Amino acid sequence: MYKILKAEKLADQIFLMDVEAPRIAKYCEPGQFVIVKMDEKGERIPLTICDYDREAGSITIVFQTVGASTEKMSKLKAGDNFRDFIGPLGCASEFVEEDIDELKNKKMLFVAGGVGTAPVYPQVKWLHEHGVDVDVIIGAKTKDMLILTEQMDKVAGNLYVCTDDGTYGHAGMVTTKIEQLYEEGQTYDVCVAIGPMIMMKFVCLLTGKLKLPTIVSMNPIMVDGTGMCGACRLQIGDEIKFACVDGPEFDGHLVDFDQAMKRQVMYKSEEGRAMLKLQEGDTHHGGCGNCGGNN
Amino acid sequence: MADVMKKVPVREQEAKRRAANFEEVCYGYNKEEAMEEAVRCINCKNAKCIAGCPVAINIPGFIQEVKSGNIEEAYKIIGKDSALPAVCGRVCPQESQCEGKCIRGIKGEPVSIGKLERFAADYALENDIKPVCAENKNGRKVAVIGSGPAGLTCAGDLAKLGYDVTVFEALHELGGVLVYGIPEFRLPKELVVKKEIDKVKELGVKFETNVVIGKSTTIDQLMDDEGFEAVFVGSGAGLPMFMGIPGENANGVFSANEYLTRSNLMKAFDESYDTPIAAGKKVITVGGGNVAMDAARTALRLGAESNIVYRRSEEELPARVEEVHHAKEEGVVFHLLTNPVEIIEEDGWVKGMKCIKMELGEPDASGRRRPIPIEGSEYVIECDTVIMSLGTSPNPLISSTTEGLEINKWKCIIADEDNGRTTKEGVYAGGDAVTGAATVILAMGAGRAGARGIDEYLSQK
Repeated sequence: MYKILKAEKLADQIFLMDVEAPRIAKYCEPGQFVIVKMDEKGERIPLTICDYDREAGSITIVFQTVGASTEKMSKLKAGDNFRDFIGPLGCASEFVEEDIDELKNKKMLFVAGGVGTAPVYPQVKWLHEHGVDVDVIIGAKTKDMLILTEQMDKVAGNLYVCTDDGTYGHAGMVTTKIEQLYEEGQTYDVCVAIGPMIMMKFVCLLTGKLKLPTIVSMNPIMVDGTGMCGACRLQIGDEIKFACVDGPEFDGHLVDFDQAMKRQVMYKSEEGRAMLKLQEGDTHHGGCGNCGGNN
Repeated sequence: MADVMKKVPVREQEAKRRAANFEEVCYGYNKEEAMEEAVRCINCKNAKCIAGCPVAINIPGFIQEVKSGNIEEAYKIIGKDSALPAVCGRVCPQESQCEGKCIRGIKGEPVSIGKLERFAADYALENDIKPVCAENKNGRKVAVIGSGPAGLTCAGDLAKLGYDVTVFEALHELGGVLVYGIPEFRLPKELVVKKEIDKVKELGVKFETNVVIGKSTTIDQLMDDEGFEAVFVGSGAGLPMFMGIPGENANGVFSANEYLTRSNLMKAFDESYDTPIAAGKKVITVGGGNVAMDAARTALRLGAESNIVYRRSEEELPARVEEVHHAKEEGVVFHLLTNPVEIIEEDGWVKGMKCIKMELGEPDASGRRRPIPIEGSEYVIECDTVIMSLGTSPNPLISSTTEGLEINKWKCIIADEDNGRTTKEGVYAGGDAVTGAATVILAMGAGRAGARGIDEYLSQK
C-alpha cells in the first residue's frame, strides 16, 4: 500500500497528490513517470511525476479526470492508499545526462499545455537547481485551468502565461506566443513541449518551420509500462517505438501525431461506458449506446 | 474392464458451453479415476519418463503411491523436484516430455502423467498439505528478480536450503506469465496459482511487488546497498514482436501480450474490473504457439468469431496438441499455410487482413519445412481485430543497467545451463530471459539450476 500524504484540487478537474513511495523517490529523474492502480479492480494508470522529495520518500503526481478511473481517483483523500504505485518508468530527460556547462550555453524553451505543466515543472526545477535558467510558456483554455504558475515562476527564467480565451496573460494559444517571441527577435536552441497531443502536434509544426529542435513527451495508452504489451507503440520516423521503455520523450519532428491521436481514443467508447455506469449507478438502464439496457 | 491401452478419460467442460465462459476446461481426475489410471504405469526400472522431465520428477515413484491411494505421499515425492506441480500438471507439454517417452505409448496411449500430477497437486492444495521447510536458516540474503516459474522455483529451492530470499516482481500481482499470460480457463488464478505461490511463501520467501529492476532499483544497488549476496534473474521474455507489415498500428491490432494481459492480469473479461478490452466481433490471431491458442480462445470467450492464421501446416504448429484440439472443439477456425501481408484499415481501425497462401519448401534452420508464398494467391479476410502472437524479444531493462552482465546477439542474458552462472559474479539467470520464449517447465528447470549454482557459489564464498 502507498499512502497519500496530501491531496488537493489544483483547478477544475485537475488534482495533485503527494504519495509515499520511497523506492521511487530515491532514484527517479525528470522525464520519468509512474503507474498507479487504485484498488483491486482498478486500471493501471500512467501518470507523470510532477515533483519528488528524496528525503521524505514521496512523489507528487498531478492528474486530470478523463474517465471513470481518474474520476474515482479524484475522490481519494490524504490518509487513503493506492494499492499499487510503480516506477520510476521510462527514460529520464536527455539533459540529465548532458554536460552542465554546455546546458548553460543552450537557450531552452519549455512549452507546457494544461495538465502537461506538471511534467514540465520538475524539468525546469532540475535545470534551475543546476544553475540553468530556461524560458517557459504555460498555456491553458482559461484562467481557472492554469496550474503551478506560482511554483514555475520561482524556477523559470522568463515565464509567459497564455489562455485561449484571454482571461489571463497572453490571449491565444501557446503557438502564437512562440511566434510572437520569434517575431520579437528571440531564438532558442531547443524546445521541450509537453501537453495534449494536439498541442504538441501544432508546436512541432511551428518549430519545424522555425528549425527549432523539439522534444515532446508522449502519453499513449499503456498497460504494464515495462515494455511487455506494446499498447503504447508509436511511429517515430520509420521506426516503431514503445513510449514506456524507449520514451516517453521523443524527437517531436519524427512523431506521427495523427496516428498517435487515433490510437489514444481506442477505448473511448469503453471508457465512456464505464463512466456512465459510475455516474448512474444502479439506475443505469441503457442509453449509453453500448449495454443494450440490461446493466 | 477398461481398455488398458487407453488413458482413463478425463472429464472436461462441454465444448459449446466452455466457449462462452472462463471456467477451467479440464476438470481433472477424481481419486477413483486417478487410481485406475495409475495402474497403467508398469513402473519401469529404467524409467524413460524421468529423463523426459526437465526437473526429473520421480514419476513412477509418485504414480505407485497414487495407485495405492497414498496421495499425500505422492505429492511429497513430486514436491522434491517441483515447486509448482498444480501448474505443471496443467500446462506442461507432456506429449513431448514425460508422456512422449512412456513405454505404454509405443503400442497404445501413454500413461496420463500430467493429469496424475495435477490430481496429486490439487489434492495437496485442497487439503492444505504443508511443504517441508528448512530446519536451519543461514540468514544469507539472495534476491530473485521476477515471480514467474523460474523465479518461484529458484526462490523455493533456496529457501529450502535455508537462504533468506526476497522476490522482486515488476507487476502488481505475483506469478509472472502464470497470471498475465496463461488464461483462467487453462490455469485458474485463485484456486491454483495463488495457492501454489502461498506454498512458496510458507517456505519463508518474501515478496515485493511493483519493483521494476533496472528502474526502481538496479542489481548493483541490491548487492551494494541492500546486502544481497547473490541475485537470480528470472525476468521473463520481454517485448512483443510485430510483423512490420502495413497497417499494424491501426486501432484493433494488439500484441498477444497486450490482449492476454488485459484479460488475464487486469481481468477485463469481468465487467466489475475497470480495464477495458476491445473484444472484437471477428478476430484473427496470427501465430501457432500456445500463446496464439490462448489468445484465440480468449477472443472466442469474449464473444468473437475467432480465427487463427498460421504460415505453416498443422504438423508444424508449435502449440501443445491438447490446446489445438481444445481450440478446434470450441470453434476456433484455422487458416493454415496462410500469411498476412497487410492489415487493411479504415479511419484508423482494422477492416480486414490481406493474406497470401503458402506452400512448404525445403527444411530451414529450425528443421521445419520453410513456408514459401504462392504468387498471386492474395485474398482478404474481413476482421475488426488482429492479435499478433509472434513471440517476444528480450527486455533490455536489466541487461542495460547491470554492469558486466553480458548478452548474446539475440540480446538474451548469457548464462550457464547447468548452474545459471552469468558473466557477472554473484548474478545467476534462467528462464525466458536466457533462452527466449519457452515453456513454464523449462523455466522451472532453469530456476532449479540457478538455485544450485547460487548455493555452490555462496557455500564457497
